[in-house]
Amino acid sequence: MTQPAISSEHDPDGTHVRISGELLTQSLQTVEADFAAIQPSADRVVFDLSKVEALDTGGAWLIANLGRRFTTNGAEIEIQGAKPAHATLIDTVTHNIPDKPGKLEEPLSFMDWVANVGRGTFGAWKDTLSILEFLGLTLHRLFRTFIMPWRLRKAALVTHMEETGVKALPIVALMGFLIGVVLAFQGATQLKQFGAEIFVVELISISVLRELGILLTAIIVAGRSGSAFTASIGSMKVQEEIDAMRTLGLDPIEVLVIPRVLALLIMLPILGFVADIAGLFGGALMSWIDLGVSPGMFLTRLKENTDVWQLAVGLIKAPFFALVIGVISCWQAMQVKGSAQSVGQRTTASVVQSIFMVIAIDALFSIFFSEIGI
Amino acid sequence: MMDDVQHAPTSSKTQRDAVIRVRGLRNQFGTQVVHENLDLDVWRGEVLGVVGGSGTGKSVLLRTIVGLNKPAAGSIEVLGVDVVNGPEQDRRRIERHWGVAFQDGALFSSLTVLQNVMAPLREHTGLSEKLMESLGALKISLVGLPQLSCGKFPSELSGGMRKRAALARALALDPEIVFLDEPTAGLDPIGAAAYDELIGELQQALGLTVFMVTHDLDSLYAICDRIAVLAEKRVLVEGPIEDMTKVDHPWVQEYFTGPRARAAQQKGQDR
Repeated sequence: MTQPAISSEHDPDGTHVRISGELLTQSLQTVEADFAAIQPSADRVVFDLSKVEALDTGGAWLIANLGRRFTTNGAEIEIQGAKPAHATLIDTVTHNIPDKPGKLEEPLSFMDWVANVGRGTFGAWKDTLSILEFLGLTLHRLFRTFIMPWRLRKAALVTHMEETGVKALPIVALMGFLIGVVLAFQGATQLKQFGAEIFVVELISISVLRELGILLTAIIVAGRSGSAFTASIGSMKVQEEIDAMRTLGLDPIEVLVIPRVLALLIMLPILGFVADIAGLFGGALMSWIDLGVSPGMFLTRLKENTDVWQLAVGLIKAPFFALVIGVISCWQAMQVKGSAQSVGQRTTASVVQSIFMVIAIDALFSIFFSEIGI
Repeated sequence: MMDDVQHAPTSSKTQRDAVIRVRGLRNQFGTQVVHENLDLDVWRGEVLGVVGGSGTGKSVLLRTIVGLNKPAAGSIEVLGVDVVNGPEQDRRRIERHWGVAFQDGALFSSLTVLQNVMAPLREHTGLSEKLMESLGALKISLVGLPQLSCGKFPSELSGGMRKRAALARALALDPEIVFLDEPTAGLDPIGAAAYDELIGELQQALGLTVFMVTHDLDSLYAICDRIAVLAEKRVLVEGPIEDMTKVDHPWVQEYFTGPRARAAQQKGQDR
């Protein structure tokens, strides 16, 4: 491959610019400076291209750009010795060099930053309104489904119950079991210090049944099913399937959102219950191994000191968590715009928001229950 | 030899130099055989239109040639390199000598149009940011897009503009061969005619070889030097469009002598 080169000489006839070699895109970097250094000294400039062996648009651009620089200085350009193909190419490129080339985005200025903060704040407020609207819409359709049960998509409901519920059983049970084990183990080391080992039963039952069982189940479901909801409905949004549904007179909320939300409403309490039982089992096992509290003793103690309200207080929260996860993930999916990247962003936002809202609502319930004294 | 990039707009009639040579190609998905013993030559500097009914594997053929689909049997040579059985580095080396414009553009949705066009330059050349921007802007101008669209994201463009942007990206590295998958599908007749004209102009100016899968009879009459008809799992006939009406095959007859074909032929002659 012959390196491209450029040289110029001045004589009374004008400036002669000689270009030679293979002037290709890959080698532009090396000759760009040489091209920039050429200065015309006369009103007439002759480009001698007879030694140019190969030329592509990149090379033609360099020549055209040089020519343009000369003509704006008032010089007259003549191209000599170019192969016909090269001449056509230079011609095409010369005609197409943009006057104001598009640029990549400039770095943000301070005012842009301020504007972004404002836009973000306003956007957050608008999102809140929009999500509330979506919640209302979902509740309305849910209510209508109860009055007109034949409108329910039963096949979709069962599919989503399997996806969000049945398939989540192993991971939820394992998680509950490990929570019980950890609580018993950590509790035991503390309680041993003042010989109150037997209270490990209350420690486990109250914390698992009231809080941890259902809270961690909801977090797992938000990560598992919430993300799946956003990604699947979001992709449908990208493919214009949602728009197609609307034009066919199908209500996307009824077809897509209700089966998912309803599946969560049914399955989350069941999953929470499974987590509770697994937690108690894990706790009992660890207490037996580590503290010598026999399973019989654990059961008796559990029955005596933990009333059924502990379980109820936990599970009452499940439908609320389910609704929050379902509504947020489906709403996020509906906000997907245009691109695949948007699906990814919305899925992340969906999981983060659902988990945050689940924890926030859990805190509210805690305060509420302690105020009314349960 | 490979790096010997020639940009002379050569005529297919004078110089029969095959840039793509497909021999005995067999493509199969499960038990369904799409291509069987398919042979095809694409000559340097020509615009080849590949036509065929739905499901005859036009797009599959394109995907197989550019290496997105591994054939069950047969050989494909592009610019003298065996892309099916040859060594990986040879394939890598010639990948930059072709550009592909997919049907819906397949632009990277997270990048702006200019960034899309700059992506191959960034990957394959060591140019400075400023040079790449200028070249990208030039390519965008070459395909007839306003400079305003440089900063736009693909989702903000119309279907026709996306196709043009895809062509700009395909041309970014000054390829010798351009593959176009249904370039005018979904465009309005004026937009489609303008796109045809653009491909014709660029082909002349840049000395491209164009491999075009199309359904558009107007494009076939307007810019294609040669037509290859896919039917019965192989290239049934190939040749200039005037010869197509003489082929004794029901599908080819119906395709090239139907009312739409006659209208397109009329238009092609009026040009």
